[in-house]
Formats: sequence, C-alpha cells, structure tokens
Amino acid sequence: MTASNSKVLDGHKKIERNVTLLGVFAFIAVAIGGIVEIAPLFWIDNTIEKVKGMRPYTPLEQKGRDIYVREGCYTCHSQMIRPFRDEVERYGHYSLAAESMYDHPFQWGSKRTGPDLARVGGRYSDEWHVQHLKDPRSVVPESIMPSYRFLAETDLTSRDMPARLTALYRTGVPYTKEQIEQANADLALQASADGDAADLQSRYPKAQVRDFDGDPSRLTEMDALVAYLQVLGTMVDVNDAAAQEILAKEKGR
Amino acid sequence: MQSVLARAGWWLVALLIAIVAMAAAADSGFAVQMAIIAVAAFVGLWVSLTRTDYAAVARGILRAPPDEGVYDDDPVRWGVLATVFWGIAGFAAGLFIALQLAFPDLNFEPYLNFGRVRPLHTSAVIFAFGGNILIASSFYVVQRTCRARLAFPGLARFVFWGYQLFIVLAATGYLLGITQSKEYAEPEWYVDLWLTIVWIAYFVVFVGTLVKRNEPHIYVANWFYLSFIITIALLHIVNNLAVPVSVTGSQSYTLFAGVQDALVQWWYGHNAVAFFLTVPFLAMMYYFVPKQAGRPIYSYRLSIIHFWSLIFLYIWAGPHHLHYTALPDWAQTLGMVFSIVLWMPSWGGMINGLMTLNGAWDKIRTDPIIRMMVMAIAFYGMATFEGPMMSIKAVNSLSHYTDWTIGHVHSGALGWNGMISFAAVYYLVPRLWKRQRLYSLRMVNWHFWLATVGIVFYASSMWVAGITQGLMWREYGADGYLVNTFAETVAALHPMFLLRALGGALYLAGGVIMIVNVWATIVGKLREEAPMSDAPYDAQADRPIVSVPAE
Repeated sequence: MTASNSKVLDGHKKIERNVTLLGVFAFIAVAIGGIVEIAPLFWIDNTIEKVKGMRPYTPLEQKGRDIYVREGCYTCHSQMIRPFRDEVERYGHYSLAAESMYDHPFQWGSKRTGPDLARVGGRYSDEWHVQHLKDPRSVVPESIMPSYRFLAETDLTSRDMPARLTALYRTGVPYTKEQIEQANADLALQASADGDAADLQSRYPKAQVRDFDGDPSRLTEMDALVAYLQVLGTMVDVNDAAAQEILAKEKGR
Repeated sequence: MQSVLARAGWWLVALLIAIVAMAAAADSGFAVQMAIIAVAAFVGLWVSLTRTDYAAVARGILRAPPDEGVYDDDPVRWGVLATVFWGIAGFAAGLFIALQLAFPDLNFEPYLNFGRVRPLHTSAVIFAFGGNILIASSFYVVQRTCRARLAFPGLARFVFWGYQLFIVLAATGYLLGITQSKEYAEPEWYVDLWLTIVWIAYFVVFVGTLVKRNEPHIYVANWFYLSFIITIALLHIVNNLAVPVSVTGSQSYTLFAGVQDALVQWWYGHNAVAFFLTVPFLAMMYYFVPKQAGRPIYSYRLSIIHFWSLIFLYIWAGPHHLHYTALPDWAQTLGMVFSIVLWMPSWGGMINGLMTLNGAWDKIRTDPIIRMMVMAIAFYGMATFEGPMMSIKAVNSLSHYTDWTIGHVHSGALGWNGMISFAAVYYLVPRLWKRQRLYSLRMVNWHFWLATVGIVFYASSMWVAGITQGLMWREYGADGYLVNTFAETVAALHPMFLLRALGGALYLAGGVIMIVNVWATIVGKLREEAPMSDAPYDAQADRPIVSVPAE
C-alpha cells in the first residue's frame, strides 16, 4: 500500500468512527447533484419559452384532469411528444415546455401502453371519446384499455371548485379572483348544451362550451374528462407564425 | 400507572381526531381513510389497556427491565413476517395486472382498473415488501454490528406499526382513487406527512443505536443504511411538497408544475431506485453474504471507494428518465453522463460482493441460500449495466415508453432485490425463532429455480416486447408513410404479455413455497430430506485391494 493510500484510509477511519461526520458527509454527497440539476430550472429563463395561447384550465377541464389523475391514466398514456419524425407524424408537433406550465402535477408519463395524448384534443369527436371510454373495444378492437362506464353515471356533485382553484392559485397558477369566485358556476356553464359561451370565453379564451357526454340532462364526470381530453394540446397554435419564430430561437433540441 | 394512562390518553386523542376528520371529510375516500386510522387508534387503545400488567403496576414495577444481555429482536421478527406477507400480496397484484394487460376483461371498474391497481403493485413490492425487509434487517444488523441493543425500543415498535399503517393507507387509497400520480410517490399529502413522522422515528432509532455502539468502528453495512435513511427523507419531503385543497379532503396539488415537477419527480423516482432499492440492499449484501459464506468482505478499500462514489453519482442520474422531452438539453446530457459513470461504482459493489466468496465458491453448489445471494448479485450487475446503456440518448430514443423499461426494472427488482431479500429471510428465520435450521433446504432450492426461471421469462419477453414496440412505432414503408397504427403495435405484444404473466406466476409460486417453508420453520418442524450435497460413500469400495493369486 502506498503512503497516500494509507493516508486516505486513515482519514476515513475518522469518519467511520463518528456518526455525525458520516451522516453529514453522506448528506453533502447526495445534496450536490440535486442542487446543481434542479435549482437552475427555476431561474434559467429559457427553461420555459413563453408561448401565446396558454391559459389556466377552466374549472371543468381541471376537474376532468383530476379525474384523469385519479384513474391513473398516466400509467399507460404519455403526454410528451418527442421531436422525432415518427412521433411528430403520429401525434403532432413535439411538446413545448410551456404547454405543461399549469400542470400540477405534470402528466408526461413514462410508458405508452396506449398512445400519447398530448395533442389528442380535437382529433376525435365527443361521441367517439364517450363510446371509447365506455367500451374501448367497440371502437378499437385491439385495445386493452379498461372500460370507464361509471364516469357517465357519476354526477359531478362537488361544489369545491373555488377551493381547488384557490389551492392551484397558491401553487402559482394565475387564476383571478373572479375566476375563483365563479368556479362552480363556470363548471356547470361549460358543460351545458345552451351555455353562454361568450361569458365563459371572457374568462377563459377559446374555451369550448357544449354538452360533452351526450346526455344534456346530467352533468357527469364523463363531461369533465372529455372536456379535458378535448383541450389537450389545443391551447398553443404551434403552426402560428409567431410560435414558429419563438421555436426557431429555442436551443438544445 | 400514570404512563399507562398517558399512553391510553394519546390513543384516545388520536381516535377522536380520526373520528372528527371522518365526520368532516370533504370526500368519501378521505372518510374511509380516516375510518382506517380510527380503527388503528382503537386497536392501540385496546391493546394498551388490556395488555398492561395491573398487578405489577400496583406493586410499583411497570414492567421488568429489558434484558440487556440479549438483542431486541421483536420488531425484527414482525418485520420478517410482514416482508413475507406483503411480498406475496405484491407479487399477486403484479400477476393480476400482467393478466389484465393480456386479458382486458379482467378490469373491474372502478376499483380494480389497471390504472388504480398498478400503483398498488409497485408500492406493495417496493415499500411494503422491500421496506419491511429493510427496516427489519437494519434493526437486526445494526444491533449485531454495534454489539448493542436497539436504542428507544418503544420508538422502534412505533416505526414498525406506523409503517404498516402507512402501507394500508397508501394501498386502500389507490383503489379509492386517492393519488397524486407521481410514480412511486402516489400517496396523498396526509399519508406523506405520516410517513415523514415514521421516518424521523426510524432515523432516531437507527442513529441512537449507532451512538450507543460498543464497537469503535461503524460497520460498512451501516454506512449504507444511514445514507438510505437520510436520503429517502430528503427525496420524500421535496418531491411531495403540495398544497391540499382542504385539510379534511384527500386532494392536493403539487407545488411544482410542468418541467420543474417532472425533474423533481424523476430526481425522486430514480433515487427511489438508488436509495431504496440499491443502497440499503447493498447493506444487506455487506452483512448477510459474509455471514452466510463464512468469509470476510473481499476489500475494505473497495467498499469505501464504491460507497462514496455510488451515493454521490446516483443523485445526478434522474434526468435520463426525461430524454428528448421538454426538459432543457443540458440537464438531459448531465443525467446521461452521470448514469454512464455510475456503471463503475455499481460494479465495484458487485465485485466486492461476489469476490467475498473467494475460497468458498463450492458453497454455490452446496448451499441454496448462497446460490440465491450469488444470483442476486449477478442480477445486480446485469441491471446496473443495462441501466447505463439505456440512459444513452440514442438507445433511450428506442427504449423509452416501451416495455423494455419494464423488463429492466424487473430484472433488478425480481433478481436483485427479491433474491437478496429471500436469502436474508432464510438466513434470519431460524436464528430469530431459535430453530436448529430451516424446515427444508430443498424447498429453498425449488424457490430459487422457480424464481430464476420466472425472471428469465419475464425479462426476455419484455425485451422482445419493448424492442418490437419501439421498432414498430418508428417503422416507415417504401411509400414514406408510417407502417403501423398504434392499435397494431398493441395487438403484436399479446404473446409477450402472456409469457410475462407466466414468468410472474412462476415467481409467485416460488414465493408461496417460501411462505410454507418459513411457517413450518417457525412452528418448529424439520423436514426429513436428503441433504443438498453429500460426498457419496460406497462401503464396498472402501477397502484395500487384495491381490488374488492366479489359479
């Protein structure tokens, strides 16, 4: 053994005879990597390039998102299109960081047992979604997705949308006071067949107002989930000239 | 008497709080969870009142002082039983969801749909099976290597029962749809808070025992256990920062969003693999392999180098879960580079474990427990080679989002974590229950082969499935169009999903054999069986050659 080696070992003998030293050094060793990788994401400007069109979810969309999370859809569906030719052709323009800036929690997923859903909004009709959720194999024979009939039979009774939006506001989603106060009414308004679309769109630009689940007499969880699916990937017009210009400046991909 | 009253009082307070929270619950799922807590508090109250020896209390002695001359192994015994129980539950849940993917009619909405049962499976195997063997083995190892009884015995018991309550709350929550959707961190805010309390208690018991040690040096295994406890606390707290919608409701929203949330999650997620499924299992390797082999650790220097480099490097590897996503490129590249570098300390650990058998290699043939340990270390080596390879961006572009990842995880989880845990259980059970030996070593051998063949089926079918999927998704025809619809790629995987389920069933069958063997050992039975290995003896041949003169 060389002299320098035995010196290192002697030094280590101090550490392994002292619980505090061992614990503190171990903590320092594991803290460094996380700090270097994560902290800059909060202050480097180009982590999220600002894009036109992003707005917080409407109460109905957010409720649908909560159902999406509750049912564990992320275990089989990603929401993150990678910049490859086949993915862009199959699913649409690759996902931008800004498109999930209001997603608490993020739903990028890690597995595609089913297809990516980042831009599923507007690709299928409401009727297709409802039928597919109720009985997936009736529209896609090869599908191995579970059925979600109960969503159409579960009324949206919760009156806690202001509390939900307030919690989101506290995490940094820029909901206005008016949006929070109106949340319960907006939830019902967006899913009604003859709702005042202009009124809702004054608070949430381009929000889609209609009966989503095909049953105008009821406001169900199916309404919320389909409303969420139909807004996915539609907020930013990625082919818009201004958006293209911003993308051209984006580095690193 | 006062302390009995105080303890009962605390249980009563917990019971009342749970009942009030149940009554005020904002959603039905939260009410069910609070009912579970109320039942747990009631059981605690009942036990603390009925188990008290009132006669002894009256005489002024609450309980005989603990015998400092023996190790405090009650929590270890409970932990081993919990390990075996949750292991079988977790494997069965895994087989169930594997079958759901092959036969979608096995989804029973809403409670038993794949999306709700999948986190049940992952949490059951990682936190219930893995967590229990880690807590139990750490309590066992830290006492032996420090030559000291557990510090704070009451707190150690709280750690065990508190951890079981965490498991029950998490598991029932998933089926009720209570999840924050962060993989391997799905439990909601109130369960997270509870786990934080339990974890701090665990830290106190473990460090307290280290402090009162009678050996000057802290043994290698304890370095690994200590860094596991510290780092899991750090990861758990940061990744679960959230704003609850209501203090009487189950729902919360994560503090971070989008890109930041994704990186925090996979910083957590990958280091759940690192600091839950690798570091403390290496601690088990560093204690149980030398013990079972009867050989010292191969290299003390290697253990120092690989310990510090492993814990320093692992933390950086998280971004490899987010290759080609909207995460900034510099973070992805950093994650990839560190993942590849990580190969070396990982194999340092593998070499240190395997080479410990130097001079005892024959035991692989004669001792099925050693055989399990060697297979575990071999799978550790394989998975820690495959991981860095998959973190290379070019490879990842094919493997990500496919079943290859699932296969990779399971060769590590079933091969490394499972096998080393089974070996530890087989080592511990006769010693903890003071039995001469295990009920049957031949059953250990059966368990070994069923598990090994099961893993082979699992990993190879998932490799084929993953690469098939990846290639079919990106396949272009001569006409310049994508060849396959997504639905066609799903249909193509059906045979592989069947083989995977077969592999899982074999692995589960091995687990059932373990239950029988462990139970029979505990009740004190010994199976009469031919020994695993025996040099043959032929009395006929055992005599000198006498030359017979020719006639």
